[in-house]
Amino acid sequence: MSAGPGAGVVGTATARPSTAFRVERGTLASRLTAIVGLVLLAILAAVPAWGTSGMMKLLVEFLTLLAMAQMWNLLAGFAGLVSIGQQAFVGVGAYGIFVFLNLVHTDIVVALAGTAIVGLGVAAVTSLFAFRLRDGYFAVGTWVIAEVIRILILLSPALGAGTGVTIRPPAGLSAGGRLDITYWLALVVGFGSIAVVALIMRSRLGLALRAIRDGEMSAASVGVNVQRTKRIVFLVAAVGCAVAGAVYYLQLLRIQPNAAFGVDWTARMIFIVVIGGLGRIEGPIVGAIVYFTLREVLADYGAAYLAALGLVAIAVVVIAPRGLWGVVESRLPALFAVQRRLVVTEPPATSSIDSRKEPGPT
Amino acid sequence: MEWVNAAVQGILLGGLYALLATGLSLVFGVMRLVNLAHGDLGILAAFFALVILEATRANALLSLAIVVPFMMLVGYVLQRGVLNRTLEGGVLPPLLATFGLAVVIQNGLLTVFTADSQGLDAGAIETASLRLTDQLAIGWLPVLTLTVAIVVLGGLQLLLDRTQLGRVLRATADDAPAARLMGINDRHIFAVAMAISLGTVAIGGVFLGIRTTFGPFDGPARLIFAFEAVIIGGLGSLWGTLVGGIVLGVAQTVGNQIDPAYQILAGHLVFLAILVIRPTGLFPRAVSRAA
Repeated sequence: MSAGPGAGVVGTATARPSTAFRVERGTLASRLTAIVGLVLLAILAAVPAWGTSGMMKLLVEFLTLLAMAQMWNLLAGFAGLVSIGQQAFVGVGAYGIFVFLNLVHTDIVVALAGTAIVGLGVAAVTSLFAFRLRDGYFAVGTWVIAEVIRILILLSPALGAGTGVTIRPPAGLSAGGRLDITYWLALVVGFGSIAVVALIMRSRLGLALRAIRDGEMSAASVGVNVQRTKRIVFLVAAVGCAVAGAVYYLQLLRIQPNAAFGVDWTARMIFIVVIGGLGRIEGPIVGAIVYFTLREVLADYGAAYLAALGLVAIAVVVIAPRGLWGVVESRLPALFAVQRRLVVTEPPATSSIDSRKEPGPT
Repeated sequence: MEWVNAAVQGILLGGLYALLATGLSLVFGVMRLVNLAHGDLGILAAFFALVILEATRANALLSLAIVVPFMMLVGYVLQRGVLNRTLEGGVLPPLLATFGLAVVIQNGLLTVFTADSQGLDAGAIETASLRLTDQLAIGWLPVLTLTVAIVVLGGLQLLLDRTQLGRVLRATADDAPAARLMGINDRHIFAVAMAISLGTVAIGGVFLGIRTTFGPFDGPARLIFAFEAVIIGGLGSLWGTLVGGIVLGVAQTVGNQIDPAYQILAGHLVFLAILVIRPTGLFPRAVSRAA
C-alpha cells in the first residue's frame, strides 16, 4: 500500500470532501449476493414444512460446520492465527448447552446466550496463555489447552466424566418441535456467521486485519494495535464455535467428551477452509459444499476416504494455495462487498482509483 | 521413597520425550517449519519396525539399522518433493500441509494395520532392571533410552558446531537468502535437516514402541509432548530440549504418583505455568532472532 500517488487526492479531499471522491463498497454482485442469500434463507426456513427429518439433521450439521469453518477462516485467513484448539470451544458449547438446559433449567435461547458468554470467558483465559506463542507454536499451544479442558471434564463426575452426558430437551417440547427449533437456530448460526465475518471485514477491525495481513510491522507503525486486534478475533471465533457446537449437540443430544473435544473438529474446519479458499468469505461456503458432497458420496470408504481428504488438502496447499475459490475468483466479481473502493468524482474524472482487487497474502 | 522413585522414572522418561522432540526443534530452527506430523512420523517409524520384526523375528533394537536410514530418506524426499514448495507462502501453508500429512498417516496406518494396539519386542532388556534399594529400581530400557537421547543430542551438537554441514545448516538457519547467495543450495539443506529430524524421531518412535503399546492415532499426543518439551527447554536450544523433556517427564510421573488420572494433566499444567512465568523457556537462545 503506497501512499505516494494517492496523497494529492486525499489532500483535495480534505479541502472539499463532498465532491473530490467517495468511498464505495457495494457492487452489483454484492447486492445480488444479498438478494440471493435472503431468498435462499427464506426457502431454507420453510424446510421444516416439507423436508424429512434426515434432511434437516444433515442441514443442521452442514450449517453448524459452515459456521465453525467461517470462524476458523476469520482466525487463520484474516488474522493469521492458526489454531488447532477450536475443538475446545465446540466442546465448551456442547457442555454449556447441557449445563444451562439440564442443570440451570433455562429455555433454549437463554441457554445459548449463556453458552456464548461461557465460551467468551474460556477464550479470554485461553488467550492469556496462547498469545505468548507465535505461529506454529500458537497452533499447538491452543491444542494443549483444548486437551487440558478435555481432561478436566473427564475428571468431573458432575459432567458425566468419561462416559459423557445426554441433553434432555426442555419438557413439553416434542421431538419434531425440538428438531424444528434446532434447525432454525442452525440457520441463524450458519447465515449469521457469514454476516458476522462480512460485517467485521467491512468495519475498522477488518481494515486493521487487512493491514496486519499485509505486514504486521507496517500495520503497527500506522497505529494498528496488532495484539488487541488478533485477540478480539480470537474471542469472536471462540464464541462462534461455542454457539455452533451448542446447536450441533442440541440436535445430537448425546455428548461424549472425547468426541466433543476431538481435534477432528478442527481438522474438518481446516479442510473446508483450505479446500474452499483461505482468507475469502466465499471459501468456507465452497469448501463446506465440497466437503459434504465428498463425505456423502465416499462415506463407505471410511479411513481411506479420510486419508484421501488429507492428500487433497496437501495438494491444494501446494498447487492452489488459495483454494477452489481462489482458482475461479479472478473470473468472478467479489460476492461480498468488504473492500473499499475509492471513486473520484472530480476531474480528472478518468483516473478513478479502483482498488477492488487487492493483492493476496504474501 | 515412592516420590523419589517417581522423580527418577520421570527423568528417564524425559530421555524418550527428548528423542521425540529433537527433530521438531531442529526443523523449526533451520526453516521455521512446525511439523504437525512429527508425532505421526514417529509412530510411522514404529509401525515400520513392527513390519521388519514380523518379517525377520529380529530384536527391535536391531531394526533401528533399517528404520532410521529409511525414515531419513522419507524426510529428504518429503521435504524436497512437498514441503519446500510450501515454504514460500508464509507460516500458514507448511502448517496446513503437515496437518494434512498427519491425517494421511493416521488413516493410512488405520487402513493397513487396523486400530489394534501394537508393541515391539526387544527381548530381555524390556523387563530387566537394576535394583538400587527395596523401593527403588531403575529399568535398563529407560536408562538406555536416556543414554541414547544424550548421545543423539551430543552428536547433533557436534555436527552443528564442528562440521562443514553444521556450518551450512547454521548459516541457512540464520538467513536462507544470504546463504543462497553464498552458493548454498538451501532446498537441499532443508531436506537434509528434515532427514536428520526424521532419523531422530524414528529412534524415538522405536523406543516408544518397545516401552509401551502404540496405535495409528497415537501421533498427536506424542507431538504435543514433544512440543511441550521444546517450549519448556527454550526454542532453538538442543540441551534445553533434553531438560524440557525431563521436566515434562518428572511432572507426568509425579502427577501419576498423586493420582494416575493426573499424569497427563500435570505435564500440561507445568507447561502452561512455564509459559506464563518464562515464555522463552528455561534455556532460550542468547540472541533472539527476527522471525
